Amino acid sequence: MRTMSYREALRVAMLEEMRRDPSVVVFCEDGRFWTMPTNGFVDEFGPDRVPVMPISEEGFTGAAIGAAMTGLRPIVDYTIANLMYVAWDQIVNHAAKNRYLFGGQASVPIVFRAAMKYANATAAQHSDRPYPQLMNVPGLKIVVPSTPADALGLLKSAIRDDDPVVFFEPLRLWGVKGEVPDGDHLVPIGRAAVAREGEDVTVVAIGDAVPAALRAAAGLAERGVGLEVIDPRTLVPLDKAAILASVAKTGRLVIADPAHRTCGAAAEIAAIVAEEGFAFLRAPIVRVVAPDVHPPFSPALERLMYPTPERIAAAAAALVRGAAPAADPAPPATAATDTAARDTTKELVGG
Amino acid sequence: MNRERDLEALRRMLRIRRFEEAAMDIVRKGQGIAGSVHVCIGQEAAVVGSCLALRADDYMVGYHRSHGHPIAKGAALGPLMAELMGRRTGVCHGKGGSMHLADFSVGSLGETAIVGAGIPQAVGAAYSARVRGTDQVALAFFGDGAANIGSFHEGLNLAAAWGLGAVFVCENNLYAMSTALADTMASESVAARAAAYRMPGVIVDGQDVDAVYDVVSAAVERGRAGGGPTLVEARTYRYRDHAEYGNMDLSHRPAEEVEHWRSRDPVELLHARLLADGISETELAALAETVAEEVRAAVRFAKQSPQPAPEELFEDLWATPIETTPAMPAPPMPSPPGPVPVAAVPAGGAR
Ligand SMILES: Cc1ncc(C[n+]2csc(CCOP(=O)(O)OP(=O)(O)O)c2C)c(N)n1
Ligand SMILES: [Mg+2]
Repeated sequence: MRTMSYREALRVAMLEEMRRDPSVVVFCEDGRFWTMPTNGFVDEFGPDRVPVMPISEEGFTGAAIGAAMTGLRPIVDYTIANLMYVAWDQIVNHAAKNRYLFGGQASVPIVFRAAMKYANATAAQHSDRPYPQLMNVPGLKIVVPSTPADALGLLKSAIRDDDPVVFFEPLRLWGVKGEVPDGDHLVPIGRAAVAREGEDVTVVAIGDAVPAALRAAAGLAERGVGLEVIDPRTLVPLDKAAILASVAKTGRLVIADPAHRTCGAAAEIAAIVAEEGFAFLRAPIVRVVAPDVHPPFSPALERLMYPTPERIAAAAAALVRGAAPAADPAPPATAATDTAARDTTKELVGG
Repeated sequence: MNRERDLEALRRMLRIRRFEEAAMDIVRKGQGIAGSVHVCIGQEAAVVGSCLALRADDYMVGYHRSHGHPIAKGAALGPLMAELMGRRTGVCHGKGGSMHLADFSVGSLGETAIVGAGIPQAVGAAYSARVRGTDQVALAFFGDGAANIGSFHEGLNLAAAWGLGAVFVCENNLYAMSTALADTMASESVAARAAAYRMPGVIVDGQDVDAVYDVVSAAVERGRAGGGPTLVEARTYRYRDHAEYGNMDLSHRPAEEVEHWRSRDPVELLHARLLADGISETELAALAETVAEEVRAAVRFAKQSPQPAPEELFEDLWATPIETTPAMPAPPMPSPPGPVPVAAVPAGGAR
């Protein structure tokens, strides 16, 4: 085992794959800058494999597609997820569709890396979590790792995958450290992880809602309520079987996701469980997600947006009490700390 | 002029014209070509002159008016016609149709229905050749309408900044659908824009296959030798309306304009040149008959080909099949009350 940050895991994954396979190249604006995980790569791999990139998202995304169809494996780093929108036509109309349109004559093996800077006071144009929009596009695989080990193993798998993979990184996890297996660590695309076992409520958590759910679980365990935390890790393909197996055990489901409510990943997971796991459910499904409003700049307001341990705990506890709320309660504006979360839990479960 | 090459040029130009006439005939008679069909009749010299300047392993990217491009690059006609008819033997298995022909076996990297989007993809193919250490060049075809979209400018800039072996061939047929280029572009020509990217910009008579060949050959040689990209503007004309709408009314164009261009038909010009060079009428008639039979055979092949089977709907989407943990046995449905819907859906129905 080694200990490294999520950010370091991204760097190691790219380094290892670029050393292994000379067809892997990196397209990243300012990719040689000291702040970037690819800093220093040009010294080892040369200017052709780490080219200087103009601010030209549509152009270089198209170029990555042409390169991918002719034998390369580009990693395209948008550095900020919202910047993908500038290249939307190339991603949605071409990367995702070319293989199908051309009857399988060529694949488009690209990894689109997208760091999501939400919860970082960057306001609405830098704070999106766009994966639900792309879940609606067949032909793209979608990965949202929540730990350094998964970031490493899934990025390596994504680079080796022959399909386009969109790799979403919650930026506030970049600094989080964790243990990573030694050797050539690969995590298969399409397998969920059971982040914590429990008997009473399944919490399917996405991205940085995973650590939030684990904290909620630790808090509720003190009250005798067991949360099972499932981290899908990849949203396309989605490991439906792992989610259904957990719901079969607990009979209760909370879905925690920092993306918007409408047509989100949580909505899709809820629909799947309603269709295929209805008989398992002992209570309504609850989504703990971002409301349908833009991320505001003010940290005092943005704090209300995303799943917190207390919101997740409150939702799970209410399900166990049998006082299932019809939906996630309004974000607790006053309960922004862990202490407050425990107080809320006490009130909901003990009361 | 080069007699062998001109004979080959005539063969390919005739292939395109007879192929598109056959397609128009099938459309007119309602014999099985659905959707939009854009023919390039009148523009064959620009198409063939450019492709003859390429090596078999060079890359070529087309656009929506692109039956001619793969034909000129050497693609077999039968699978192209079958693709227009949506058959399973189509070059793209019936997934792309008229606007997405691609034949990777001859370096035809496909066509896009999004104006301009193929340009950066060709740049990526040229970049890929550099990284892989080959001397292949990549040529992008596009219309005059594409000269005003961002991907044109981003693609040219990338190719120039990176000094790639890319050749950009604008088939300026004066109109984008009904819109005259003069009304949408302030610069004096498309080629003039090359100066902004510090690459050569050349205007060539697009009705003269030898002139096109010479200009594009020089560009290809320059690109292959590491001299960077070139923009070529071939002045040409399409005889048909934008697409095969069923009612071909060109009365919105000035009659003298139509007359002028039809008097400079590229096939007739080349035919006359070959006669003047001493090739006999008999020899040319034999060549024309060979081509006509090739096209008849392609139409027979397409019409006799089977329609795709329903299960082919899902084929060609993924390179690596989606894999998740094995499915759980279906849970028992709850006992009534509740509708009894699911089993009523026939197995194998539309998913
Ligand atoms: C980005 C985009 N905008 C608009 C269209 C609709 N459209 C298809 S072809 C066309 C005209 C294109 O003209 P030009 O590039 O000159 O090619 P031509 O049809 O003359 O060969 C238009 C407007 C499109 N397909 N893509
Ligand atoms: Mg035009």
